[in-house]
Amino acid sequence: MSEFFAMGGYAAYVWSSFGVFAAVVVWNVVTPRVERTAVLRKLIEDEPQSGDRE
Amino acid sequence: MWTWFHRLASPPTFYRLADRYSPWLAVLSLLLIGYGLVGGLWLAPPDYQQGDAFRIIYVHVPAAWLSLSGYVAMAAAAAVAIIWRIKLAECVVVAIAPVGASFTALALITGMLWGKPMWGKYWVWDARLTSELVLLFLYLGVLGLNRAFEDPRAGARACGLLALVGVVNVPIVHYSVEWWNSLHQGSTVSRIGKPAIAASMLWPLLSMTFGCMAFFGWAVLRRVQNDVLLRERRSTWVAALLGERKAAGHV
Repeated sequence: MSEFFAMGGYAAYVWSSFGVFAAVVVWNVVTPRVERTAVLRKLIEDEPQSGDRE
Repeated sequence: MWTWFHRLASPPTFYRLADRYSPWLAVLSLLLIGYGLVGGLWLAPPDYQQGDAFRIIYVHVPAAWLSLSGYVAMAAAAAVAIIWRIKLAECVVVAIAPVGASFTALALITGMLWGKPMWGKYWVWDARLTSELVLLFLYLGVLGLNRAFEDPRAGARACGLLALVGVVNVPIVHYSVEWWNSLHQGSTVSRIGKPAIAASMLWPLLSMTFGCMAFFGWAVLRRVQNDVLLRERRSTWVAALLGERKAAGHV
């Protein structure tokens, strides 16, 4: 098991590469979700009266 | 075909379809990336020249491949937006930019982390690396340009033009290793049917690539949905959607 984590001496490079990959995945999951919440809140706050709808 | 295309381009239809199918893309990408990680980090044997450092390929190649194909998709959406003035295509251009930029950054960073142990340097101003960096600046340029405009339609038009002009960089990145002497190694999977890689190393790579592709698509769909909601905020279908959400107890 420790041999697996050692990655033949390249542990720092291999694990940080996969770490950055994880960070990119998380960023791409979280930012659109946060944006969605903000958009929905904004839409509910300034919901137009039924008269100004297109 | 054309009626289908027009239906899909209508924001409410697109929104519903994206809601229905994006969870499947998420599941697909989870499965493919899951197998790719286990296969790439655990099952595949170390490379005979590069040892375990070669495992960086499992994030580097999918990221680099998506940075390019994502750009081509963005430019194609830009062409549709400019020629036919389809609003949804404008949203797609603006939605691909941040996702593409993140994958380009990933390709550059993992490339540096691979370059250090193999070449002895994190960065060299070589054709492949430099043109990939230009690709990142193109994505960031589209993002910045979009933020600079108040009117989303004028912004999307400017972004579309930049995306189209920047597409000349894509073949430069792709062929740079053949056109110029490069420190960067040649392609690993280009020869279909006779790849320069063993099957136990190849399957996880293909799985990671398709998994990342599904994830990229999922992330773009979610962002397009946000943009569509914001742009269509005065339409009746968005009002109906908000009503449904309220009735269901969300927000």
